[in-house]
Amino acid sequence: MKRRALAGVLLSAALVVAGCSGSGDAATDDSGALSPTDPAAVSGDITVLTNRTDLVTDGTMQKYADLFNKDYPNVKVKFEGITDYEGEVKIRMNTDKYGDVLLIPNSVVTADYPKFFASLGGATDLAGKYTAAGIGKGKVGDKIYGLAGFSFINGFVYNKDVWAAAGVTAWPKTPAEFLDALQAVKTKTGATPYYTNYKDGWPLSSWSSVIGSATCDAAANDKLPTANPWAAGSDLNTGDKLLYDIVKNKLSESDPTTTNWEDSKGLLATGKIATMWLGSWSLAQMQDAAKKAGKNPDSIGYMPFPAQVGGKFCSVVAPDYQSAVNIHSPHKAAARAWIDWILEKSDTAAVNQAISAIKGAPLPGALKPFTEAGVTFIDLSQADSAKVSKIDNQSEVGISKPEYRQHIIDVARGAGKGSLDDIFADLAKKWADAAAMAG
Amino acid sequence: MTDLKTRHSAGLPAAAAGTAPAPPPRHRPGWRRQLTPWLYLSAALVLLVTFTYIPVANMISYSFTDWDGVSPDKTFVGADNYVELFTRPELFQVFFVSLYYLAAAVLQIVVALYFATILTFKTRFRNLFKGLLFFPYLINGVAVAFVFLYFFKQDGTLDSVLAIVGAHPDKLWLGDPDLVNVSLSGVSVWRFLGLNFVLFLGAMQSIPAELHEAAEIDGASKWQVFRSIIAPSIRPIIGLSVILSISGSLSVFEIPFIMTRGFGESKTFVIQTVKLAFDFNKMGLASAMAVVLLAIILLITWAQRRLVPDERADRS
Repeated sequence: MKRRALAGVLLSAALVVAGCSGSGDAATDDSGALSPTDPAAVSGDITVLTNRTDLVTDGTMQKYADLFNKDYPNVKVKFEGITDYEGEVKIRMNTDKYGDVLLIPNSVVTADYPKFFASLGGATDLAGKYTAAGIGKGKVGDKIYGLAGFSFINGFVYNKDVWAAAGVTAWPKTPAEFLDALQAVKTKTGATPYYTNYKDGWPLSSWSSVIGSATCDAAANDKLPTANPWAAGSDLNTGDKLLYDIVKNKLSESDPTTTNWEDSKGLLATGKIATMWLGSWSLAQMQDAAKKAGKNPDSIGYMPFPAQVGGKFCSVVAPDYQSAVNIHSPHKAAARAWIDWILEKSDTAAVNQAISAIKGAPLPGALKPFTEAGVTFIDLSQADSAKVSKIDNQSEVGISKPEYRQHIIDVARGAGKGSLDDIFADLAKKWADAAAMAG
Repeated sequence: MTDLKTRHSAGLPAAAAGTAPAPPPRHRPGWRRQLTPWLYLSAALVLLVTFTYIPVANMISYSFTDWDGVSPDKTFVGADNYVELFTRPELFQVFFVSLYYLAAAVLQIVVALYFATILTFKTRFRNLFKGLLFFPYLINGVAVAFVFLYFFKQDGTLDSVLAIVGAHPDKLWLGDPDLVNVSLSGVSVWRFLGLNFVLFLGAMQSIPAELHEAAEIDGASKWQVFRSIIAPSIRPIIGLSVILSISGSLSVFEIPFIMTRGFGESKTFVIQTVKLAFDFNKMGLASAMAVVLLAIILLITWAQRRLVPDERADRS
């Protein structure tokens, strides 16, 4: 009896504690984190959270910090590289201590930005300086809460030598031509024409970046809440069908379930794999892998999605992680100074072969073939992205998650029941139900 | 206090009762005496409450909200999450996967019993074999998962070994929906066999040697010794292993999560919970699933204790 009473006391004590932890959030005073005008007046110690652990350990970040200190001598910058960035930062955001400058985790709902981050200024003011991709995702009301450091386009990274050996030199213009090209790679070179990276999963999620590319529609993302995203002719239909056909025609690796991302870079560089669908951020890593394997980094090529509108290819410019200032930071001016400096003065965009968020900055070298071929770059409107992610979570479809594409691959290789049409119908139904609930 | 004293005097030997009364034993004041055990317990209790009861209480409170895991606002939604959970049978379908692990657990207990019995008797190199069998349990689960990723790879270790004996099954061990759970539960047998084995071995070695000698004199066979002496003596440990296996099979997580992230047919209940919580930001619903899993495991344990009551081993 006594023991039970004790357990009761403990449990109720625990419940009280649990109940308390829910409330008591500090009143948020948002004086904003505006760009400082006088560098000498800015001071303080700031902590910068980053997902680029490699740049922290190899000293690149410290080099940036040293350069930054020439302009802002009174600010001390400390870095914290986090391997599982999404998972860890999201949980830390339940407290006040999530660094002074951080990248906004994807799971934070856009409408909640003002609860976590200091505003960086008015949308109209910043629009003069930054590209639409740079500020589009961080907009709540008429204020900006996050600045995307740089943007990437999406396309197929490929080994030029292998494609040339297969006799394909021009970019395929339609999905059918693309499949023919892969078939030629398979028969003529023996390389694996396409690599899904099924096991690691996240590379598959970049297939959602076809949104806008196939139809060349800058408003494609905003149409998702009201339309069936997998209707015939839509971006996702075209992209997912291409993925399905690649696997169905056995143009991908024979055992997708034991793929390895780190290995795949070397395999592409050495020509054992011919093609992968990835963001243009991957070019720097692939070229690096080629150098390590003793190959010419110039053999790494990049091509847009095989679809044309009006005789032109389209590539969507998609923002990377957005930098933001913690609303609880005591040194907001210093934090903002760091963001401004890294965007305007550092070479991060060029090093990453990325498109700078600063208007008028030059395009990276890797995209030169794109400009030469007259590819249209479109800034995908993000006006309804909060609604899209709400429907996506509610429906458990996971447009930007790997699961449903893993299922498509399973069905295509005969390890799952159903057909592609069944999958599309099922996805569309879940999506429509959730959209109806989300209003 | 009072009954302690009475017991104390009642326990005095009869002879002592006649002599002059001994000075009463010095007691510290009552409250301090009562407090002392709690003092020793406090560290453990603080840890237990901080890391077990508060998180569980938190989880239960989350399960009644629509919290997304990040937002500072949580709205109380009553039993909505539980209603949703029980009106979506597909969320429970994944328990079928647990059957593979349950079958594997049965195999694991039988094999562990077999090896433990053999190694209780005098066997050549028995310490070496004990070490070999226990070793896998010492390896970190993440490392095990990575090792077996290479093991099951196409043309990986398993395929090469099979090729040596001339077999070319040409199977995708993790890619075939009929095989993936067999492969994964095989890994868990490999990993946890050592633990069961050591538990059994420890229990078996506490069986008095006279019993074995008596059995030997009576001419009992090895099987008879196992059936009539070993098995009954270690029943509580077998019972414990069964409970652990059942709850373990229902809550399989790390090996399939690291090796497959639950793709294809390999999704387990806990993986599904994790995905809902962290991929789709449904922390409330995921908490409700975790509460239901907890309840199922408590229920099974309770039922099992009812069906197979744990009699105190009474050998001395």
